[in-house]
Amino acid sequence: MSLADLPLRSDRLRHFRRLRDLIGADVLTGIGAAILFLVVMAALLANWLAPYPSDAGSATHPEQSLLKPGASHWMGTDQVGRDVLSRVLYGARTSLFIVVCVLVIAAVVGVLLGVTAGYAGGIVRDVIMRVTDIFLAFPALLLSLALALVLQASLRTAIIAIAVTWWPWYARLTASIASSIRTRGYIEAARCLGVSPLKVMLRHVLPNSLTPVLVQLSLDAGGVILTAASLSYLGLGAQEPTSEWGLMVEQGQSLFTTDWWVVTFPGLAILLAAFGFNVLGEGLRSALDPRRGAQ
Amino acid sequence: MLRFLLRRIGQAVAVVAGVILLTFVIQRVIPGDPAVAAVGPKASLEQLAQARHDFGLDQSLPIQLWNYAVGLLHGDLGTSLHTHQAVRHDLGAAFPASLELVGAGIVLAALIGVPAGVLAARYRRRSADAAIRVNSMLAVSVPTFWFALVLQELFATKLGWFPVAGEYTSSLDQTSPLHIYTNMTLLDSLITGNWPIFTSLIDHLVLPVIVVAAYPAGVIAQLTRAALIEEITQDHTRMERSLGFSERSVLLRFSMRPALNPVLSVAALVFAYSIVNTFLVESVFNWPGLGSYAVDAIRSSDTPAIAGVTLLVASTYVVLNLLVDLVQSMVDPRVRLS
Repeated sequence: MSLADLPLRSDRLRHFRRLRDLIGADVLTGIGAAILFLVVMAALLANWLAPYPSDAGSATHPEQSLLKPGASHWMGTDQVGRDVLSRVLYGARTSLFIVVCVLVIAAVVGVLLGVTAGYAGGIVRDVIMRVTDIFLAFPALLLSLALALVLQASLRTAIIAIAVTWWPWYARLTASIASSIRTRGYIEAARCLGVSPLKVMLRHVLPNSLTPVLVQLSLDAGGVILTAASLSYLGLGAQEPTSEWGLMVEQGQSLFTTDWWVVTFPGLAILLAAFGFNVLGEGLRSALDPRRGAQ
Repeated sequence: MLRFLLRRIGQAVAVVAGVILLTFVIQRVIPGDPAVAAVGPKASLEQLAQARHDFGLDQSLPIQLWNYAVGLLHGDLGTSLHTHQAVRHDLGAAFPASLELVGAGIVLAALIGVPAGVLAARYRRRSADAAIRVNSMLAVSVPTFWFALVLQELFATKLGWFPVAGEYTSSLDQTSPLHIYTNMTLLDSLITGNWPIFTSLIDHLVLPVIVVAAYPAGVIAQLTRAALIEEITQDHTRMERSLGFSERSVLLRFSMRPALNPVLSVAALVFAYSIVNTFLVESVFNWPGLGSYAVDAIRSSDTPAIAGVTLLVASTYVVLNLLVDLVQSMVDPRVRLS
């Protein structure tokens, strides 16, 4: 698929229908899409859905601390009396915010470097790919740990740290696609017509490298959620009083035996969100990758 | 083959050099002066200057980097500000304990993941396949620290089936002291026939190993399934079927070997990921490994220790990757050409 066949409206509709059919074709992918829809809705509508919106922040109600789940607090309350359901809903907002920031930074940096490396080839490619290899040698959580230490621990630091470890994947992916695209006929045709290398790269190589990147993005979102939650759990991500799932688990873990709800619900939320992204990403991959389409 | 070997080793050395540079940069920008941390806040200016001189902090950055690299080549990772011991010594004690956990986890993951992947491929699009796919997806989506907390709460605190935390019951050090050879308690107790410690260790291992194994088991099951399904749509399987081989032989005798190659190629990645994932497991189960050491180091801003851990894990990853590449190029000659 090249960009040229996209602009027609009927074509777009067809692509949308195809995507809808793909999601409908596989029950598991459909479930993933449904879970994600719920998570996105929770994030967008947290102000309206949360029964006690002010509990998402630093509000305290000592008289209602650690109430069991019941009619007025479906998921109970935490040590300082905040409604856990409200915090879990707002936590969806925090998690999706992290995912979007990390993936945008990582994809933009990685794709630009990857396209440059793949299209330019030679020494440029070697240098970019070796630097990529160095960053790939650091497991994401480890480099995030080290970086979160250099910069003061905060939500923003966690985002930067995770993005720094995530871009190499996109660089490697796009580089290999771009280097296979550069030998295609239409690229040679554009070059013969005297189109500048930069323009060839941005107008022809880049758009044609994007489909696998989109699949990778949906596959990675789950991983980003887990890494961000792990950093917060270790105290290197979001700080009190932010509603963040990993942080909520950390704050509640010493109370697990007596007050199970403070740990259970935020953890389930992480599991559900990561599961939704992973399942949907897997479904998109097997649908969009013709080589694996037979599955 | 020799050219491929040399080129790959050259690349690995370049990556390790880059890793060293990066850990040096991280150490230099971490807020807080290691000299101040070492001598304490009440030290005189002379003591501080002496400490700065001892750490080599009064020299220019390139010379510091050179000294750092030369020290590393001699196996000198600096002195921990927290334990006041050589970082190399600390890592030598902590790393084997983590390897024990990760090693057992990966073995368990392979024992579960490969058969699960084969079953899913054999009965694809049926209920067994669906169940395995859902479970493997759950296994890669569960937050490690939360899974560890839940298992600990259910099976140790509530049901009392397994010990809550630790590596083995510490009172056993008095009744049946352990001779240390490898720093891996599992091996040491096995070699020396120290059964009390060995059985206590196995008891303590069960829960953390299940948590460590969850992610790799899910990945291995998914990859095995995908690779096998791709393999059984190839022409050679049609040939084998037409010759009257059973579906079981087609799968296990002819498709398994080529299908395991892509599984092997991510083995290094999964292993490195598991080492870091183990950090979270160790902190929940209080396992005396690299993770507990790293978390302590982070809490006390122990720069040399953090750099040591980073360097160790990153180098492990590079070496593992190199090994996997070499094994693959022996199994599948096409790899050498790419």
